[in-house]
Amino acid sequence: MEHRHVISALVLNKPGVLQRISGLFTRRGFNISSITVGITENPQISRVTIVVNGDDKILEQVIKQLNKLIDVIKVSELEEKKSVQRELCLIKIYAPTESAKSQVIQYTSIFRGNVVDLSPESLIVEITGSEDKINAFIDLVKPLGIKEMARTGITALSRGPKVLKPKS
Amino acid sequence: MKGAEAIIKALEAEGVKIIFGYPGGAMLPFYDALYDSDLIHILTRHEQAAAHAADGFARASGEAGVCVSTSGPGATNLVTGIATAYADSSPVIALTGQVPTKLIGNDAFQEIDALGLFMPITKHNFQIKKPEEIPETFRAAFEIATTGRPGPVHIDIPKDVQDGEIDIEKYPIPAKVDLPGYKPKTVGHPLQIKKAAKLIAEAERPVILAGGGVIISGASEELLRLAEFVKIPVCTTLMGKGCFPEDHPLSLGMVGMHGTKAANYAVTECDVLIAIGCRFSDRVTGDVRYFAPEAKIIHIDIDPAEIGKNVRADVPIVGDAKNVLRDLLSALIALEIKDKGAWLERIYELKKISIPMMDFDDKPIKPQRFVKDLMEVLNEIDPKLKNTIITTDVGQNQMWMAHFFKTKMPRSFLASGGLGTMGFGFPAAIGAKVAKPYANVISITGDGGFLMNSQELATISEYDIPVVICIFDNRTLGMVYQWQNLYYGQRQSEVHLGESPDFVKLAKSYGVKADRVISPDEIKEKLKEAILSNEPYLLDIVIDPAEALPMVPPGGKLTNIVQPIRVEPKIKKAEFEEIKKIREMVTVKEL
Repeated sequence: MEHRHVISALVLNKPGVLQRISGLFTRRGFNISSITVGITENPQISRVTIVVNGDDKILEQVIKQLNKLIDVIKVSELEEKKSVQRELCLIKIYAPTESAKSQVIQYTSIFRGNVVDLSPESLIVEITGSEDKINAFIDLVKPLGIKEMARTGITALSRGPKVLKPKS
Repeated sequence: MKGAEAIIKALEAEGVKIIFGYPGGAMLPFYDALYDSDLIHILTRHEQAAAHAADGFARASGEAGVCVSTSGPGATNLVTGIATAYADSSPVIALTGQVPTKLIGNDAFQEIDALGLFMPITKHNFQIKKPEEIPETFRAAFEIATTGRPGPVHIDIPKDVQDGEIDIEKYPIPAKVDLPGYKPKTVGHPLQIKKAAKLIAEAERPVILAGGGVIISGASEELLRLAEFVKIPVCTTLMGKGCFPEDHPLSLGMVGMHGTKAANYAVTECDVLIAIGCRFSDRVTGDVRYFAPEAKIIHIDIDPAEIGKNVRADVPIVGDAKNVLRDLLSALIALEIKDKGAWLERIYELKKISIPMMDFDDKPIKPQRFVKDLMEVLNEIDPKLKNTIITTDVGQNQMWMAHFFKTKMPRSFLASGGLGTMGFGFPAAIGAKVAKPYANVISITGDGGFLMNSQELATISEYDIPVVICIFDNRTLGMVYQWQNLYYGQRQSEVHLGESPDFVKLAKSYGVKADRVISPDEIKEKLKEAILSNEPYLLDIVIDPAEALPMVPPGGKLTNIVQPIRVEPKIKKAEFEEIKKIREMVTVKEL
């Protein structure tokens, strides 16, 4: 059964790490639907969050193959219910009239987003949340006209005191 | 000191004495430092051969083999050899020169993205940016290459790093490096071992499938003890050849596409399959749906990613084969072991109908006859084959040897398994001979594969490396020819090699002794002459191109063997004596 899986990995902050990971996915035929990377509280370590679609066997292989990479320190799957998963999206929406603008602003406030840029013809909305929430907002403003859009992909942490830690 | 000198120091600290390579612009500082060092450098005539030789060195010795090339084309020429080592988990260290750091990314002369190029074909790779990084990088590279599941490691070294100064007092070669993402698990989980032991004890029809991991781990003795204690027949993969003596009554030979009938049937009929250090390649399993269909599978491997990758595992055990087999044996000693007598009777029947006919007197020579005579000559010179190393190339020559040649010792049968690299055998033999100077090293190759690295005749001639090259000369790319005949309506497309070259004259032009073997009755005499000469020697064996191998169609059932080998119509006394031992094992309860 195909599922969406969120994988979190701690990796050494070294040149080429991302290439190793993305190369691995290409070579093994795994599909990445999104990948985000950022530094952690330890500047030598980055956290990579990967969203991948596949059955449990694929997931098992993805995790095992990632673990084989020397620069990868720790890998685990983040289950949806046991983790906080967020994505940020910037959307430039066509709004040439006052009424269109106020409509967008109204939608944005319902979705707890922010208007971060305003021009006579358009505005940019920043919206953060789960993939579903962002998709819902996009569907809502689509009829108004989306001029362009940028999504970051999912980043995530497990809930509660448990942390992903390098093996001592 | 200079970075280049630090590199040599780092190699010496790892115990490296011999390296294989080819110089060039971006590696000039290294070669300059080499001039004053005690390292022996063997100048191959092509970088690919340097990589294969380092690989052959590693496979024969179990220690890391080192190869060196310059940047750009030097690096790309290494690629095939390093990919070959990667596919067969061989610890090779590949050093490539690189353009100076300030020119990286400028498309400078002989610049290539070596880091990107080697990334998918190595266990890990590094690019050194500053001379200070040299000591730690080399320690890390050797640690990664030789431990856990071994594999090649590549280090890319820009020219200015080799030329730069390093204070070796301040940056000494560390005894240990911290690799937070690298912690291979070597001891199997006790609970899993208990489960496996119970399955084996209660099994009625167990079979062991042993792969290259048994050889890498040095677990042959443990394997033999386990097999004999429980009385389990053993088949091997191509990479596992040699981990279990093939003249042992419990040996079934190689399993898979070109496997023996006994091995293929035993695996298909078994109720417990103990797979050790193998990765269930498609060449071993055929269609996985029909592979060991009735068996519970115990899979022992040091690489967790191999478990469950191709074939389901009922009892997975992650760990080093030697440790796991030792623990498994201790667990088994405490258990009551179900009688395997009926199964051994069946194995006896299977072995009886699998004795290949080899004693052909035909001319051109049948490959089976050559293998038979080769075995007899080698066993006469070295009865336990303790000092004999065979390398094969890829194709029919490899499968004839794998199927018919009875290997007795680990690290004595070297072949490119996973990648199937033509051109591997001859340079690998050079590496093996350098690693084991007192061994008789025989390079069995086809005429096609030999020509892919025949320039190395110059290397064995100049350095006086006495390997014996036996070319199975049928003027045909035999394996492709066989597949075309079987699956492409006998349309023989681009498989005929023609009359050129004359291999005997070719060898002689390099100063290598050579002879042609045309008639079956001259095989032994000429082989003996070549092996005992202790000189580089080439034998051009004119063999029958029509002779085809038994095979299972790709993706087929292991028991569906097409064009089966001709078997002995009557069992001869000597062979009978050998397989009869298995019946004796049935009645002998205690070992």
